[in-house]
Amino acid sequence: MSLVNFTTREITCKIVYYGPGRSGKTTNLHYVYGRVPQSRRGRMVSLATQTDRTLFFDFLPIDLGQISGFTTRFQLYTVPGQVYYNATRRLVLQGADGVVFVADSQARQLDENLESLQNLQSNLLEHGVDVRAMPLVMQHNKQDLPRELILTPAELDDALNFRSVPSFAADALHGQGVFETLKAISELVLKKLSAGSAA
Amino acid sequence: MTTALNPKFTFDTFVVGAANRLAVTAGRTVAENPGSAYNPLFIYSGSGLGKTHLLMAIGHSAKAFAPQINIEYLTLDEYVEAFHAAIAAGQGDAFRRRFQNVDALLVDDVQFLTNRKEMQTELLRLTEALQQAGHQIVLTSDRPPSEIADLDERLISRFSGGLVVDIGAPDYETRVAILRRKADERGATFQPGVLEAAAGVDFPNVRELMGALNRLVAYQAVNETPMTAAAARQLLGVADAGATARAAASSPAAVSASRPDEFSQFLTDVTVTVGKAVEAWRARVAEAVLRWEGEGYRTGRLEKLLDQDTPAAVDEAIGAYVQDVERLKALEAEVAGLDPQAAGDSLFRDPDRLVEAEAAAVKVREGAAPPPAPSAAFSLGGFVAGASNEVALSAARAVIDAPGRKYNPLVLVGRGGLGKTHLLHAIGLELARRSGAVVACLSTQAFVDELIAAIDGDRVNWWRARYRRATALLLDDIHLLAGKDRTQEELFNLFNQLLDDDRQLVFTAPAHPNTLQGLEERIMSRLEGGLVAEIGDPDRVLRRAALERVLAQQGVAVEAPLLDYLADRPADSVRSLTGLVQRVVTAAAAQDQPVTAGLAREVLEGQPPAAARRSTGLRTSGIVVSTAGGVRSREKMVWDWPAAADRVMEESR
Repeated sequence: MSLVNFTTREITCKIVYYGPGRSGKTTNLHYVYGRVPQSRRGRMVSLATQTDRTLFFDFLPIDLGQISGFTTRFQLYTVPGQVYYNATRRLVLQGADGVVFVADSQARQLDENLESLQNLQSNLLEHGVDVRAMPLVMQHNKQDLPRELILTPAELDDALNFRSVPSFAADALHGQGVFETLKAISELVLKKLSAGSAA
Repeated sequence: MTTALNPKFTFDTFVVGAANRLAVTAGRTVAENPGSAYNPLFIYSGSGLGKTHLLMAIGHSAKAFAPQINIEYLTLDEYVEAFHAAIAAGQGDAFRRRFQNVDALLVDDVQFLTNRKEMQTELLRLTEALQQAGHQIVLTSDRPPSEIADLDERLISRFSGGLVVDIGAPDYETRVAILRRKADERGATFQPGVLEAAAGVDFPNVRELMGALNRLVAYQAVNETPMTAAAARQLLGVADAGATARAAASSPAAVSASRPDEFSQFLTDVTVTVGKAVEAWRARVAEAVLRWEGEGYRTGRLEKLLDQDTPAAVDEAIGAYVQDVERLKALEAEVAGLDPQAAGDSLFRDPDRLVEAEAAAVKVREGAAPPPAPSAAFSLGGFVAGASNEVALSAARAVIDAPGRKYNPLVLVGRGGLGKTHLLHAIGLELARRSGAVVACLSTQAFVDELIAAIDGDRVNWWRARYRRATALLLDDIHLLAGKDRTQEELFNLFNQLLDDDRQLVFTAPAHPNTLQGLEERIMSRLEGGLVAEIGDPDRVLRRAALERVLAQQGVAVEAPLLDYLADRPADSVRSLTGLVQRVVTAAAAQDQPVTAGLAREVLEGQPPAAARRSTGLRTSGIVVSTAGGVRSREKMVWDWPAAADRVMEESR
């Protein structure tokens, strides 16, 4: 997908928040939504079940305005984490410019994290994208939970982050690490783009 | 009294950005040509934006261009103090004289002229005097002249009559450039993003920016882990997303109130990233502009690129620009070798005027006539060898084989007419055969005359450059330097320079250098430092050989009796022999007879026919005088030829 359109001078970044169910992807988007001035954000589309689980996907468009003469838009998506919504996940992942993997820091969720990570890899492959070529950052969410329940960021990095991508400890509910994560993925995406346009 | 220029404050350490570009360009121009452009130059800006730095940089740069220039830097307060001290000591006139003799006067902080009527009058007088003498004045102030309270109208108009430029606060890019350079200077390395974060703060001036850098350096020094951009922002009191988030975690209620700009922070970060990544070409162009501007080249062409939205082929444009600059550099270097004054032209600093620069270079190339070459009339083959000039000839051969390395300098010594000039030019001709050789071969008199003409035409630098290109310098009749102090001075410098570069030097003199009158000791000792080769009086064998050659040249059938007769004549030099032959041949032509021993005897021993002598008109010693300038020495041109016997007397006197 063409990320930068030099003719219309537009930059559009599609960033997908990926991860196991209940890891806090939608919470991330909510937090961002709360921080973006009204004029800059589109309507946040959230299709949720009655128990507040993402059924289809969340979509948050952010208009960053003119940056260096480019109309810059970020589109943040989340995928449903639950295993049985894989078709949706694959659909949302299509044309993504970058992926934020939101991991659940709870020790008992480790297997789900791993499974979701593998799922991400296979879904990308379905689109013909090598996971190594995709800008990716990790967010170890729920670090605010009691110590005995969670793994430290270092332990999580050991377990999940075998490609040594940038990773951030976060507490999406209160906002810690949310924008840091978003900033990191934006940088990766934009850098990849410049490398692509130079080539 | 006068504050010394701070060695750190040079143009090299001055970061140029949009806000100070004009001031820097004006400063550079003034430093290159003090007194000729923008006089006075008035620079104003808020505190801490680089006025003093720029002022001192002008001083340093002017000094670098012309080391002998007399520069005074002082603040207005120092000036006032000096004035009061001088008045108190009754030395007011001496004070005025001191400042009127300055080539470039740099006065800092003239805003303090407010309410100082007598100083204003004094400064007005000084400004007038300096301007009239064509001396440069540069002033700085924290406000434009018209806003300095209570300033004399005449001063305002004087100041405004030159160039008034301001320095603005640096923009973000310049702030980053300044921070990077200063951090580099201090050997401090920061994680990516830290300096950018510091530059993101809108400091009103560079001094505060330096304060921020100091804090960063100090903070990083006491902490073992490298500082992150977030920590830097926190340290400098800028709202930081991560930090506030952590605070928010403990008190969720405070979140929205305490962090209204988490998004704008993100926006700034993305802007920086986009600037770096998406618009990387802008960064590349800006970098090129900064670089070449720093080297003093005009960058209008590159700046035009920045005005466009999507220029095609940016890298090609930069590449072409760099190529043009390289060409300019080559031209400038070439021109500098020919005419240092012409190389100072701003043409060689503007790639957009490359065509003009090429044309100028062609002009200089044409104008830079090579130094006088040896005369083709004196070939080495035509030099008659013999016992008396054996040493000189073998030395000459050694010089020709290894110029500059064996005998340097070589001084050929001998009385007039023994072939010193011939040998000198012969050496020159042989040396000139080498590829790339530029042989300067001329008489000392011509050398002196050229220098006088150069001084007269204000082209001494050009003249010097002309000779400095020479791979060999051959001067005939070095004793004519006597009493010509300036030429001796120039020759001394040229001598040293050529000798350092292993260029060959050959001189001729009528006697051993240490017996020559009126030569400076330093030149004399240098002449003796090489080889002094003497040419003695010719013996009969050599005389015979020389005669044979001269007669052949005159188209006379060589007969043994004629040769023997002439070789036995009392002649102590080849030149007088040539004179003999000339007389005989002329007489023979006048009488329409073949040249024979009998005729020669009749001509030389009987009374030479007066009519025949007149008929030849201009007489020379028989040496072909080249109009190409090989021999211009009056000493070599004999306008009135005395009888041979008289001439011998004269020369041995």
